[in-house]
Amino acid sequence: MEIKKISENIYEIPKKAGMNVPGRVYASEKLLEAMKQDNTLDQVANVAHLPGIIKVSIGLADAHSGYGFSIGGVAAFDMDTGIISPGGVGYDINCSVRLLRTNLKKQDILKKQKEIVKALYKKIPSGVGRGSPFKLSKEELKKVLEGGAKYMVERGYGNKEDYLHMEEEGCLSGADSSKVSERAKSRGIGQLGTLGAGNHFLEVQYVDEIYDEKTAKAFELEKDQATIMIHCGSRGLGHQVASDYIRLMENEYGFKNLPDRELINAPIKSKLGKDYYAAMAAAVNFSFANKQLITHWIREEINHLFPKAKLEVVYDVCHNIAKFEEHIIEGKKKQVCVHRKGATRSFGAGRKEVPIAYRKVGQPVIIPGSMGTASYVLVGTKKAEELTFGSTVHGAGRVKSRSAALRTLRGEDVKKELNAKGIEVEAGGWKSLAEEAPQAYKDIDEVVKVVDELGISKKVARLKPLVVIKG
Amino acid sequence: MKFKFLEHTADIKFQAQGVSLDKMFENAGLALIKSMFEEKVKAKKKENFKIQGQDLESLLYNFLEEFLFLFEAKGFLASKIKVKMSKDKKSLEAEIQGDDAKNYKIHTHIKAITYNEMFVKQQGKNWVCQVVLDI
Repeated sequence: MEIKKISENIYEIPKKAGMNVPGRVYASEKLLEAMKQDNTLDQVANVAHLPGIIKVSIGLADAHSGYGFSIGGVAAFDMDTGIISPGGVGYDINCSVRLLRTNLKKQDILKKQKEIVKALYKKIPSGVGRGSPFKLSKEELKKVLEGGAKYMVERGYGNKEDYLHMEEEGCLSGADSSKVSERAKSRGIGQLGTLGAGNHFLEVQYVDEIYDEKTAKAFELEKDQATIMIHCGSRGLGHQVASDYIRLMENEYGFKNLPDRELINAPIKSKLGKDYYAAMAAAVNFSFANKQLITHWIREEINHLFPKAKLEVVYDVCHNIAKFEEHIIEGKKKQVCVHRKGATRSFGAGRKEVPIAYRKVGQPVIIPGSMGTASYVLVGTKKAEELTFGSTVHGAGRVKSRSAALRTLRGEDVKKELNAKGIEVEAGGWKSLAEEAPQAYKDIDEVVKVVDELGISKKVARLKPLVVIKG
Repeated sequence: MKFKFLEHTADIKFQAQGVSLDKMFENAGLALIKSMFEEKVKAKKKENFKIQGQDLESLLYNFLEEFLFLFEAKGFLASKIKVKMSKDKKSLEAEIQGDDAKNYKIHTHIKAITYNEMFVKQQGKNWVCQVVLDI
């Protein structure tokens, strides 16, 4: 694969036969080397083949091999000539991160660390096949799919300030539950309020370092303050929506002229394109509602242990999503369809999509680390709007396969290591602990350093875990 | 060898084989279950399904997805799989025996079947397929 250095941390994959635009990779030399070990760069180039793609096909600093699109990939499409692709969103639709701030301090958490880990692990269903005690009727599920976190707040699980501090205010418009198959609904109906497994987690953390006092103040974050991070998605419902529409699009359009079968797509304005958007939006809302219920349960448990505790939503960012947004294209403001697969929106100050409380500084960007390592809060920038359709990285990205992690690491040792660092951990099993060990991931510090240098999001604060719940 | 697992950075990759397409499909189903749960599952209950696909790859995708559906929507974990392929190879009937998933501690959650690096092909006398699972 030919790749050209444009400037520090910016590389180009030149336009070749079949590509409508060049590829662009935002990474350091070290991170680029890791990408060359799998087919990340081929995937960035493949996306450039799709109809209606605008400017460049992007791979961000945390990019790694996905299906069709790479994870850590961004692409924008023209509303008239462009496409929407389930592969550009991913199977875990709206796999996302919510950060809560508290009025507790690191010292408060340390005093009750063991009680907290036990209480949260018991209350929030996590791991494979652990269903939710929260029962939903079909009619209620419809409202969840079309109302997201907003509907859950109306039901009494939270307050208005919660959803005002979320991307899309916790409810992506255009969702239509009738476009979600019965199969997908039956996979999701018993899972509202569950964390799931794999890389999903729940952490109680503290603010370990502040890089930007002014912005941290706007986000109401200060040193040694306790925070809580929730990382999960739309569960089986979202996975089934992706599979259903891949099948429908294959039947309608075939895949013979695509460089990769997983790049299956439909024109944005076709019936199938519109149906997929409506179903995807419903899955996005399921994920928002899922985290809202989890937030409610966390509040119950934390308030039980600390009666005066107050938990507020800092922000909730989507990782796997396609959205219609306005961007400047060739000097003109234009609506385009932005696909972010394993990428975070990173809008700067002034944009109407940013909550009023943060509009003067830019949106919070929440980047989870791997289990037991630091996570970061950054702020969105104008530069991201110029370079990456308002997008930045979503996390560390794996470097070691799960089987390699299992061969070289034991869950028991991973737990001991975490304990030695002062972190309490509960997990579904030893195996998931070993598979998700920090050693299996890219260096989050390097990933964050690159996006900060590029200016597609700027560092605000670093968070370190005290309590970890793994699925 | 019915199936084997291969290296993949983020996900699970396996190859399954059989002397016929029916056997290869059965073994692919067993590989999927094995990736979620290591021990033996008891054969206490039955489930049947019939699925279609426009080619062998989509038939395999749809077939494997059925196990995820049975697991998440019905709490069913398969142990014995019997497949009968139609003559035109565009549909198949499957008879599954298995048990309630709640009786087992499942270690890995499979989010979805993918077409990533998927193939179904004849190799000498055997049929072989490769599948990557999103986890």
